[in-house]
Order: sequence, then structure tokens, then C-alpha cells
Amino acid sequence: MKDIYAWAAIGLIILASTTGDVLLSYSMKRVGHVGELWKRRGVLAVVGRVLATPTFALGLMAMGVAFYSLLFGLSWGNLSLVVPASASLTFVANAVAARIFLHERVGRRRWIAALLVAGGVVLMAV
Amino acid sequence: MTFRKYLVLAGITVFSTAGDSLLARGMKELGGSSLHNLSGLLLAILHPWVAAGILLLLAFFACYMSALSWADLTYVLPATSLAYVLVALIGHFRLHEEISPTRWLGIALIAAGVGFVAAGPSLTPGHHHEHSPEVSRDAVSQEVES
Repeated sequence: MKDIYAWAAIGLIILASTTGDVLLSYSMKRVGHVGELWKRRGVLAVVGRVLATPTFALGLMAMGVAFYSLLFGLSWGNLSLVVPASASLTFVANAVAARIFLHERVGRRRWIAALLVAGGVVLMAV
Repeated sequence: MTFRKYLVLAGITVFSTAGDSLLARGMKELGGSSLHNLSGLLLAILHPWVAAGILLLLAFFACYMSALSWADLTYVLPATSLAYVLVALIGHFRLHEEISPTRWLGIALIAAGVGFVAAGPSLTPGHHHEHSPEVSRDAVSQEVES
């Protein structure tokens, strides 16, 4: 029974952190090249433009949800299950979400990379 | 990709690793008991190791956001996983911790994955640039250079 809770928490972590990453990435693409903007208008313009992007706040909120789901997950399940399972599956979920929602070109190179990294993260944790 | 951009990607790895370890060190010194109530949790921010850790994690977040402003999410994310490798290598060479064969294999897989992505293009061309002329100019200048 505890396992179901742990996996529910893992699912929530993956969902929330993928949502957060996609929203943050979308926001920063809208802001545009930060280095160029800093050079032309200064650091305050960068911070102002980032904070003025509504999806940025949403992304931060999703990241907060992911963080608290991790805390809940750790209270229900093992550290050695929750952390590697959520971290590695998040890499795969992000590749799928980036392709669907951000229209990134996720070619074979990036699929292989996502799977290698996901596998590597699991192996590092065992 | 310019040298400066690789520096930002390296910053993601280094700042998140250093921030996490400082935070962990501070939390251990504080002990679990002080973190069970809200005021203890708020006061934890004043602990020097915790404060330094939070500052470094803010630096990590700035580097991460900066990278996302000129590179695809699927390009930047694998770079963040190098932090796991860095933690293991620091533990091995500085603290003389044993690294099991399974973990060496994990390090190899992560390094291979990051290498795979880094060798490819960093930004999907022509998709989300409508709002930012400087990004499209950068993309164009890169194409001219290459």
C-alpha cells in the first residue's frame, strides 16, 4: 500500500517538474538571449523582463509543487526508490514534453542522450 | 556555441553541486530536531553554510535560466545531470570514497549522454524567436559563421 503512495508521489514529481521546466524554458525563449539583453540594457532590464513574463511565475510554482511532492514522497517511500525514479523519468518526460509543447527538434541524438542520462542516474543511485 | 556559453553550462553543474553540498552540510550541523517547527525552518536560513548554499543555488538558477534563453530544454537538461558525476568524483578524489563498478557505469552513461547532446545543435532553428530579435540575429550569425 505504501508503494502506491510512493509511486503516486513519483508521478506527481515528474508531472510538476516537467511542467515547470517546460514553462521556464518557454518563458526564457520569450525573454530572448539574456546575454545580449544584458549588454544592451543592463541587468535590471533582464530581471524586469523575466519577472514580467507570466509563465515564469507559473513555472516557479510548478517547481515548488515538485519540491514539496519530493518531500512527501520521501516520507512515504525509500530514498533509494523515490529520488532515482523521479530524477531519471523526468529526463525522459522532459524530452517528450519539449517535443510536443516547445516544438523542439528532438532527434535520435537527443533521445539516446535522454535515455543514457536516465539510465546513468538510476545506476548512480543504486 | 561560444566559449562563454560553455562557461554558463559549466556554471550550472558547479553551482548546483556546490550549493547542494553546502546546504547538506549546514542542515546536518543544524540537526533534524530544529527543522520540525516552522520557526526553526525559517531560522535555518541564517546559518552560514545554509545561507552560502542558498546563494550558490540562486547562482545555479541564474545560469540555468540564462542557458534556457539561448538553448533548447533538451540541450540544457543533460548538462544538469553532470552534477551527479561531479559529486561522485569529488567524493572519490577529495574524500577518498569508494565508487562501485555500477556507479562508474552510471558516470560513463551520463557522460556519454551529455557528449551526445553537446555535439549536436543547441537550438531548434526558427521556432520561438518571434518575440526576440536578438536571438534570431544570433541564430543567423551562427549560421553565417558555420
